[in-house]
Amino acid sequence: MRASSLLILLATTAVAVGCGGKKPPEEPAPQPAPAPTAAPTPPPQDDTAERERLERERMQREAAERARAVSADLAAMINFEYDQAAVRAADEATLDRKAAILQANPNVRVTISGHADERGSDEYNLAIGNRRAGAAKRYLQNKGIDGARMDVVSYGEERPLNPGHDEAAYAQNRRDEFQVTAGGDNLVAPQ
Amino acid sequence: MKRFLACLATLATAAPLTSLRMVTAAAQDTSQVREGVRIGVTYERGVRPGLVVLPGPGLDSVRAIVRRDLDYSDRFEMVEVGTPASTDGTAGPVNYGIYKSLGAAFAVELAQAPGGVIARLHDVAGSRVRNQQTFSLPAVTDAGFRLGAHRLSDEIARWAVGTAGIASTRLLFVSGGRIYRMDSDGFDLTPFTPAGQTSLSPAWSVDGGQFAYTQLGAGRGGVVVQNFETGATLPVPGTQSGLNITPAFSPDGKTLAYAHSDENGTDIFTANVADRCCAQRLTVGRYADNLSATFSPDGRRIAFVSTRAGPPQVYVMAADGTDQELLAPFDFGATGASNAPEWSPDGANVVFHREVSGSPQLFLVDVARRGLRQVTSAGRNEDATWAPDGRHIAFVSDRSGVRQLWVIDIETGRVRQLASPGAARLPSWSRRLSGPR
Repeated sequence: MRASSLLILLATTAVAVGCGGKKPPEEPAPQPAPAPTAAPTPPPQDDTAERERLERERMQREAAERARAVSADLAAMINFEYDQAAVRAADEATLDRKAAILQANPNVRVTISGHADERGSDEYNLAIGNRRAGAAKRYLQNKGIDGARMDVVSYGEERPLNPGHDEAAYAQNRRDEFQVTAGGDNLVAPQ
Repeated sequence: MKRFLACLATLATAAPLTSLRMVTAAAQDTSQVREGVRIGVTYERGVRPGLVVLPGPGLDSVRAIVRRDLDYSDRFEMVEVGTPASTDGTAGPVNYGIYKSLGAAFAVELAQAPGGVIARLHDVAGSRVRNQQTFSLPAVTDAGFRLGAHRLSDEIARWAVGTAGIASTRLLFVSGGRIYRMDSDGFDLTPFTPAGQTSLSPAWSVDGGQFAYTQLGAGRGGVVVQNFETGATLPVPGTQSGLNITPAFSPDGKTLAYAHSDENGTDIFTANVADRCCAQRLTVGRYADNLSATFSPDGRRIAFVSTRAGPPQVYVMAADGTDQELLAPFDFGATGASNAPEWSPDGANVVFHREVSGSPQLFLVDVARRGLRQVTSAGRNEDATWAPDGRHIAFVSDRSGVRQLWVIDIETGRVRQLASPGAARLPSWSRRLSGPR
């Protein structure tokens, strides 16, 4: 179960990344079978079972979509200026949303990984990646999230998201990633 | 000045190089730069004595290695001679007149001896043998052959100019996440860490028998010390949590400095690797980074990188962490990031790289006077490491298109490329190696 929801999370993340961070397009929900209106006589037993099954499926589908949207918000990356490890104002809303999700799902644990672009010293880039991950953790801690729920790691320039060698690639590669490491099943949307 | 030059040139030939370093002639770090483009760095070139490696029967492998080693020492003008038209299997008397007319001050003669090689250094001007020694040398197919030949080269350089060469050294570097070792001339390339694992920051032990490095995995990494011969690894105390990078051994080999990263930043620690205990913290970053420690040759000071003032710059402290101060001067808000310092073997300079107009370039900072000297200008140049002679520096450069290892002689500005597989980075140059292999 956990493996499958991690897969969903990863798939969602991949879609979110592929569309430049936008949420995946809503799938058109299949129309449920039309409910019989004002039936004067009790419906046959098998019809009730069918309606209940469809209703159950609809609710499961909607819950899965909500969970997927919450997962995508939790996994959304944030980016950094060159040689900087400060959270950009533009990313505060993204982190605020994560804080709300973490509040609503107290069993969730995340690993925050910091990354750098290929410029600069290889070794220094590990240090600044670490500082970038630490900056996001401190921001979330200041929003009331227990630091024990967030691990900080760094990959420096070792795992570029975009293999290019231009500023557009560098800007994408200077980032924090957020990976759910526990409690990622049945995520509840924040109120 | 020109008259002074001409005067010196006539005196030059056989005189030791060291007395002639003040002579100027333009040499520039412009290799691989397209014709007509001349950027920046000018070197003073000494007048170097001419040297010829005499042709002779047999010993072709040794002769080729020795010739290349003496060339790479950058202490001689290499005099080329063709293979003699006919060799009857014996070396005749050296014709000093011919080699003198070719500009050679020294002639190196190599001849077979039981279990090894007889090397003779001829003083061409004096028409006499200046030094002679029999070196034991393993068979060409034996593992110790190349290192043995390199030692012979270093001794010949010592006879000629009073300072041993750097041929009997090796370099470690990272390519594709693996740590490789190769001879100073780029041959005998051998991987020492497994494929499929990210290994970084190799650093030689003082005795040359081990190396320290970071095993990076899942965004964390410990520092281990690995034995070349056995392949056995030992974890360094204090590096088993968080991310631990940039190890460096103290000159007495007992202490290993490294940088430990956790969510509060990166700080420099030392561990007693002799007794395998006792990590000690030297810096307190408070969300700043302190890393890339390098010991002075007397072991009393450590130069390092810190972001305490914003962008990374090079600082220095006592080996116990006290007396921290700026080492390489910079203009706040104007000077680019400075990284990867390494203290020179003679203690006089620290080499590091600094961003200049968006490209890292190598600089030396004079430790006593804090003066700066830029030593590269072509392409991006970074992650420098000193040869034990204190005048050659290996570094990473993209001047040929991809990041490769290069060597610069800071006396002459001569630059050469080291062979390596694919992209290479994070080189570390050994001391002269005394072991059998």
